[in-house]
Amino acid sequence: MASLLSVLVIAIALSLPVGLYLGLSQLQSFSRQISSAPQLSIFLGLDGDSNDAAAIDKRLSAHPDVGTYRFIGRAQALSDLKRSAGMADVLDDLKQNPLPDAFVVTTRSNRPETLEALRDEAKGWPKVAHVQLDSEWARKLDAALRFGRSVVAVLGVLLAAALVAVTFNTIRLQILTRREEIEVSKLIGATNPFIRRPFLWFGALQGLAGGILAWIIVAMAVHLLNRDLRVLAELYSLSFRLAGLNLPDAIGLLGSSALLGWLGAWLSVTRHLWQVGRQ
Amino acid sequence: MISLSHVFKRYAGGFEALRDVTVTIEGGELVLIMGHSGAGKSTLLKLMAAIERPSSGTVLISGQNVAKLRPAALPFLRRRFGIVFQDHKLLYDRSVFQNVLLPLQIAGFDGRDAARRARAALDKVALLDKEKAMPITLSGGEQQRVCIARAVVHRPAVLLVDEPTGNLDEAYARNIVELFGAFHQVGVTVVIATHDRSVAEQLPARIIQLGQGRVAA
Repeated sequence: MASLLSVLVIAIALSLPVGLYLGLSQLQSFSRQISSAPQLSIFLGLDGDSNDAAAIDKRLSAHPDVGTYRFIGRAQALSDLKRSAGMADVLDDLKQNPLPDAFVVTTRSNRPETLEALRDEAKGWPKVAHVQLDSEWARKLDAALRFGRSVVAVLGVLLAAALVAVTFNTIRLQILTRREEIEVSKLIGATNPFIRRPFLWFGALQGLAGGILAWIIVAMAVHLLNRDLRVLAELYSLSFRLAGLNLPDAIGLLGSSALLGWLGAWLSVTRHLWQVGRQ
Repeated sequence: MISLSHVFKRYAGGFEALRDVTVTIEGGELVLIMGHSGAGKSTLLKLMAAIERPSSGTVLISGQNVAKLRPAALPFLRRRFGIVFQDHKLLYDRSVFQNVLLPLQIAGFDGRDAARRARAALDKVALLDKEKAMPITLSGGEQQRVCIARAVVHRPAVLLVDEPTGNLDEAYARNIVELFGAFHQVGVTVVIATHDRSVAEQLPARIIQLGQGRVAA
């Protein structure tokens, strides 16, 4: 019974960082997807005409840093916008098209310096009203997520220590109930490894059971969260859902939980043997 | 061979259990350590089995100085002894058979061989029919015989016995003592600590008399 409770405590301690890790790593890969091809958007002034657009087109085609680019005319931009996310009603009320002509530019290299240099250069071109680096918010998100990951790492270390402590205590209680067995075994020639072995097995198995339960808890949480997440994602016209632990991560979780349990047990038995040996 | 020379043993609190004890026990000997309770008999046995270390003086077991032994080597030294404890030290959460099996498991015997030897040891103490019983259901004398079976199951070279007749009736006690005589007959070194004069009458043993921690001449 006490051991079942320990397994539960271990599972909860593990599922917290594992769940956070899952969520963060998937947000991160999502944000990488977006920012993987950083783009520059060059917006022309509303007073610009097709000649101005052609002039920019010429500059871009001659520019050494520019990889690909495409022109989005104001009429096309408006119809694109009408198609997306229930904007049609709002846009139909407008007397004139508020959108400018635009170029979407992909550079040859993804280095931020190149992008920023091109942005600054394009700002100076005639009839260019605004230049925007589209990947900037994604990079900020990425940095924020990286911070989140360090938080998870710190949390993980703390809760790993908790797992060791929980195992240490369970094994200590077990040792108390098996004191005589240990004493008699030592008197008739048991080595310390012989005495440690069953406790180490127990600690490792208890950790493993905690790991498996944590896996189940995370899987259930992902399942529950995905229901609400789907609604949220649909509102933003995104398809984003959490996946459960993949196999290497799951093996890592089970392996490290078993190892930490083993470590807690080892510390506990070794401490006891040391105390007995001193008498 | 067990050899103690100028051994002192002081416990925490200043009680001096042994004072300048020099004793040698040869292989195959039958020795009684006699004296009143508190004379240091149990302490002497514990020193001989390397369960305790002397405060000063040297204890040699088969030529090995116990004080200079690595802690990791100690368990292997102890396996040469069979010890019959005064309080039996049986494990009450396992059967008689499991209790007797323990030394063999510790020494790493394989399962079938170990079971065979455990039954042979139980047979020797006439408890084969009680192998599945729990020790708590046995009488004091039976518990002691389980302890004896456990002490001899791994065929130790030396049998150390602490107060074997303490709370047994006379007939039962004679029976037990006879058993130790039989082990001696087959070549086991037997050392018995006792305050019971009748044991000395029953066995042709060398007697070491202890009084207040000293060997009496």
